[in-house]
Amino acid sequence: MASAPFLTTSRVLTLAQPLALDGGQQLDGVRIAYETYGTLNAERTNAILICHALTGDQHVASPHPITGKPGWWVRMVGPGKPIDTDRYHVICANVLGSCMGSTGPASEAPDGKPWGMRFPVITIRDMVRGQVALLDALGIARVHAVVGGSMGGMQALSFAANFPDRCAAALVIAATARHSAQNIAFHEVGRQAIMADPQWRDGDYYGTKGGKGPEKGLAVARMAAHITYISEAGLTEKFGRNLQDREAKTFGFDADFQVESYLRYQGLSFTDRFDANSYLYITRAMDYFDLAEEHGGRLADAFAKSSARFCLVSFDTDWLYPTAESRLIAHALNAAGCPVSFMELSAPFGHDSFLLDVPALDRVVAGFLG
Amino acid sequence: MSAGLRPDLAIIADHVPAGASVLDVGCGDGELLAALTAKGCDARGMELDPHNVAECVARGLSVIQGDADTDLAFYPDKSIDYAVLSQTLQTTKRPDLVLDELLRVGRKAIVSFPNFAHWRVRLSLLWGGRMPVTRLLPVAWYETPNIHHLTIADFRAHLKERGIRVEQAWFLKGDRRTGAAAANFRAEHAVFLLSR
Repeated sequence: MASAPFLTTSRVLTLAQPLALDGGQQLDGVRIAYETYGTLNAERTNAILICHALTGDQHVASPHPITGKPGWWVRMVGPGKPIDTDRYHVICANVLGSCMGSTGPASEAPDGKPWGMRFPVITIRDMVRGQVALLDALGIARVHAVVGGSMGGMQALSFAANFPDRCAAALVIAATARHSAQNIAFHEVGRQAIMADPQWRDGDYYGTKGGKGPEKGLAVARMAAHITYISEAGLTEKFGRNLQDREAKTFGFDADFQVESYLRYQGLSFTDRFDANSYLYITRAMDYFDLAEEHGGRLADAFAKSSARFCLVSFDTDWLYPTAESRLIAHALNAAGCPVSFMELSAPFGHDSFLLDVPALDRVVAGFLG
Repeated sequence: MSAGLRPDLAIIADHVPAGASVLDVGCGDGELLAALTAKGCDARGMELDPHNVAECVARGLSVIQGDADTDLAFYPDKSIDYAVLSQTLQTTKRPDLVLDELLRVGRKAIVSFPNFAHWRVRLSLLWGGRMPVTRLLPVAWYETPNIHHLTIADFRAHLKERGIRVEQAWFLKGDRRTGAAAANFRAEHAVFLLSR
C-alpha cells in the first residue's frame, strides 16, 4: 500500500472540533470511519461500542473491503449472537492512527502531503477520545457497554476510567492495564523490522515508484507478533515439525517447515491490508499505555469515579496478556468499589482465543451484557 | 425462611439486612448472591471454579475467580459489611488464616460448615470404622474437597482462642433448625455470625 489510506466503504465522520492529544498537539479535521449494526432505540440507551485490536478495523461483522473475509467478530456479533444486533445498536470505529478510513499517518496532512512520521504520536486515551467524539456526533450520551479484546480491551478500560459517565458497563477480554517490558520488547522487534526495510524511507514511502512500502519489514513485524498471539501447544498441534509440500528437508533456507510457510503467508497477506506507519504508531500507543500511571500511580484510583459494571476475561494459554494482568485489574476495581466479575477461561488458542471458538466466552458475554 | 435456598444459605439471606454489602467467599453458582441481590444488597462473590464463575456472570452477578486462601489479601480492611464463607471453611488450606482475613475484610463474618461430630458421623466411625459418607459429606475420603474437617466444639474452642466473638449461632438438622443444646451431637450443620 503506497498512497493514502485504504479506501473505505464505511461511513466517515469528520470531527468539527480539533482533537487534543496526550502528546500536547491538536489534530484538526480528524476523520473517523465506522460501521453500525442493529437499531438505536428511541431512548438512545442500547448502544454497544466495540473497540478493535491492533490490526483490527471497523468491520466487526461485515466483510472486509480488501480481503473480502467476513468481519473479525462475526461469531460474536449479529442477530441472535452473544452481542445481539436484534437488541443492541453496535458501533465499531477504526481507531485514530489506523488506516481503514480514520485519520492516521497515511492521511493527508494540512500541507496536502501524507503525514508519514510527522503524524503526532498518539495514545490509547487519544483513540478513546476519538471514540467519544464519535458518540457525541451520534447523539449517544451513554453506551450500554464498551467491549473489546486485546488493545480493544485497553480502550474499554481507558474509556471507563476517563469517561466514567459515558458507559454503564465495560467488558474487557484478554487485555492488560499496562504494557509489560516483554510486550514492549516484541513491539520493538516489529518496529525495527519495518524501519530496517530500505523501502521504509523514514516513513515517506507513500506514492513511491512501484507503490511498494516497507512490505518485507511489515511482514516480518507481523510474523513476530503472530507468534505471540498463539500458544506453544497450539503451534505444536497445528504444525509440529511437519514439512511443507515435500518429503525431506532441502538443506536450504526455503520454507521447509509448515510453520515457516504459515508465518510467511501471515506476514505477506498482512501487507495487503495494513499500513506500515500505522503499525508503528499503534504499537507505540500500546507501549505507552499504563492506566495506573495516568492516574497517579494507583490503578484503583483510575476507577474512582466509575459507576460501571466490569467484566474481565483472560485465557489460560494467553502468554501475551496473561491472567495475572486481568486479576490485577479485578483487584483494583474491587478496591475502588466497582462491581466486577473476573474469570480465566480455558482455551487452547493463546491470546487469539478471544476471536476464536470458545463457547464459554459466548455465554459470559451474553450473560454480562444482559 | 427464604424459600428454595439451601437451609444454611436461607439463614444467611434472612439475617443480612437489605442494603448491606456482602462478599460471598466460595459463592458456587451464586445461589446466595442472587437472593441477596434480589433483597437489595450489594452482593459480590469469589469462587475458585471457573465454570461456576461463568455461570454467575451469565446470571448477571459480580463474581471474581479467586482463592479464599490467598485472594482475600487484595481487599481493604473493613471494606464489606458481611464476609460470608458458606460450606467452604473445611476446604481451605489454612482455615484459621482465612477466618482472620474474613474478619479483617468484613465488619462481620458469617461462617457455615458441616459438623463432623454429628451422631451419624460418630456412629460411622465407631461402628463401621469407616470415614463417613453422609448426605452432607457425600464424597469418599480420597476425593472429598473437605481437607479440614471440624466439629462445632472445635470451632468454638478456636474462636475463644483467637478472641473472636460469636454474635449469633444457628444449628441445622436436615432442613430444620435444632437447638443449641447438644448441638455438637445433634446438628449436621452450623452457621455462626462472628465479629472481632
